[in-house]
Amino acid sequence: MTSAPSADPVRPAAFPLVLGLDTFGDVTHDADDRPVSHARTIRDIVEQGVLAEQVGVDFFGIGEHHTDDFPLSAADVVLGAIAARTSRIRLGSAVTVLSSDDPVRVFQRYSTLDAVSGGRAEVILGRGSSVDSFPLFGYDLADYEQLFEEKAQLFAELRKGGPVTWKGTMRAPLHEQDVVPHTESGPFPAWIGVGGNPQSVIRAARYDYALMLAIIGGSPARFAPFSRLFHQARTQLGRDPLPIGVHSPGHVAATDEQARAEFFPRYQEVIRRVARTRGFAVPTRESFLREVGPHGALYVGSPETVARKIAANLPLLGANRFEMKYGMGGLSHGALMSAIELYGTQVIPRVRELLS
Amino acid sequence: MGDDDGTAGADAPAATRTLSPRPRTAVLGAGHTGPVIARVALAAGYPVSIAASGDPANIALITEVLAPGAQARWAPDAVADAGIVVLAIPLHRFPDLDPALLAGKLVVDTMNYWPPVDGVQELFDDPRHGSSEMVQRRLARSTVVKTLNHIGYHDLEDDRRPAGAPDRRALGVAGDDPAAVGTVADLIERVGYDAVRLDSLRAGRLLQPGGPVFGVPLGRTEFTRALARTHHTDRGSS
Repeated sequence: MTSAPSADPVRPAAFPLVLGLDTFGDVTHDADDRPVSHARTIRDIVEQGVLAEQVGVDFFGIGEHHTDDFPLSAADVVLGAIAARTSRIRLGSAVTVLSSDDPVRVFQRYSTLDAVSGGRAEVILGRGSSVDSFPLFGYDLADYEQLFEEKAQLFAELRKGGPVTWKGTMRAPLHEQDVVPHTESGPFPAWIGVGGNPQSVIRAARYDYALMLAIIGGSPARFAPFSRLFHQARTQLGRDPLPIGVHSPGHVAATDEQARAEFFPRYQEVIRRVARTRGFAVPTRESFLREVGPHGALYVGSPETVARKIAANLPLLGANRFEMKYGMGGLSHGALMSAIELYGTQVIPRVRELLS
Repeated sequence: MGDDDGTAGADAPAATRTLSPRPRTAVLGAGHTGPVIARVALAAGYPVSIAASGDPANIALITEVLAPGAQARWAPDAVADAGIVVLAIPLHRFPDLDPALLAGKLVVDTMNYWPPVDGVQELFDDPRHGSSEMVQRRLARSTVVKTLNHIGYHDLEDDRRPAGAPDRRALGVAGDDPAAVGTVADLIERVGYDAVRLDSLRAGRLLQPGGPVFGVPLGRTEFTRALARTHHTDRGSS
């Protein structure tokens, strides 16, 4: 019952191909395999973002987290630092945990980033797999759906620009409220990250968000129906199509063997730690090899292996954008810089060639 | 998966030769898990209704694209003519569900109490009882069977195998009513898994998060062994 790749692609890509990188800001380890400080991790991420621009990466995204292992709680500040040292690469969140944030503040922070960067800001909204922000900011996880629904709706209004009038139950109402800074050239791109809930897909379509499929385990092919659902929902609403992206974890090294040897022990350890609190199975070597194979979610290998997998999956999913979530707690800054360089100089040109 | 009738011959385990008819199955929930359960039940030959909390028009497109062949209906209509009702909602939404809606029905509880992911819920935060025991207590006029909670919704489709396949996974089916457990075990077998029966919801605690089979792909022999080992250890330590 392996899911056979569908013969007919969801839809030919009508949008330009975008190849990006995301990080959750996993704490790196030094030469003695000891974790570096949070401050050092954050400075290293600025360097990683700058390198990403230099080697031709289209987008650099930072996922909000609030834990000792992932200290990137204020992604937009880090993105501002990268913006100041770059001129071309697009910058965004991956994801912003909107449910436990204030949509007005998210809009203000990202329209400020848009100003600092000369119109390069984007935002991806979602829950992510991290729930630590809920108790931190005094929200109840049981209110998750309603929080997200209301805030996604308000954020969609804010994005349009102009005075906003809005009323809900989870936040104070707004009446003809001008929210600054105004963006220079219309709304910045905004996405909703979806991990498998079809109602989130419908919501993205309804509020004019692009769709980011977060595929972190199992066969990418089983997300193809979500792309179809998104397109059909847009059609039913009488609205234009919007881009679809894919976010998946990966690691690139000179050879498949090297990439796997570097990545697997770190991956296993990170999941082992999460599994302890969440009660699910720790990956085995066998399950890892399934995930790095053609029917798995991990993009771990040589530039050729990773490029082929990206080029195979984008048409299958009707997607025009791929964001490889690089980094895994415990890898070194050097290994990450090398992965970014290979991704930019070898994977990206090869994907473009394969898809042209 | 298709129809399994052709495979229920000499190679199939004894249990699959005496399967019950396929009652209409109502799936309550159109989130992560509902459409997947609807899809595999349809493929196993069951007529399927799917319902969310409101107007079926809201889930018509989801049903059409993700579970073609299922009928999107109002929850009371879906439940009314169903022989099996599958609860595929997040556990924190369970207290909103009216027990009267499910009175007299065989209810499959696929939910988990998983505080690190979903937050603490008072109703279920009692180590003396399994989450399905609490569900049964609240649904006093229904017959609750626990299953499908310990396999990822995304794996449920990919990991199906025909009866007798060497890599067929086992799934636990726990309940206090043997006839209800049998009906649900037949569904599990037809979907593509070996059903391992547990004779009470109390025993079904072994299927919960943190337990020996949660999220772990195991064949029938290893599955049974893992349950027995944990059961034994629990007794020894208490």
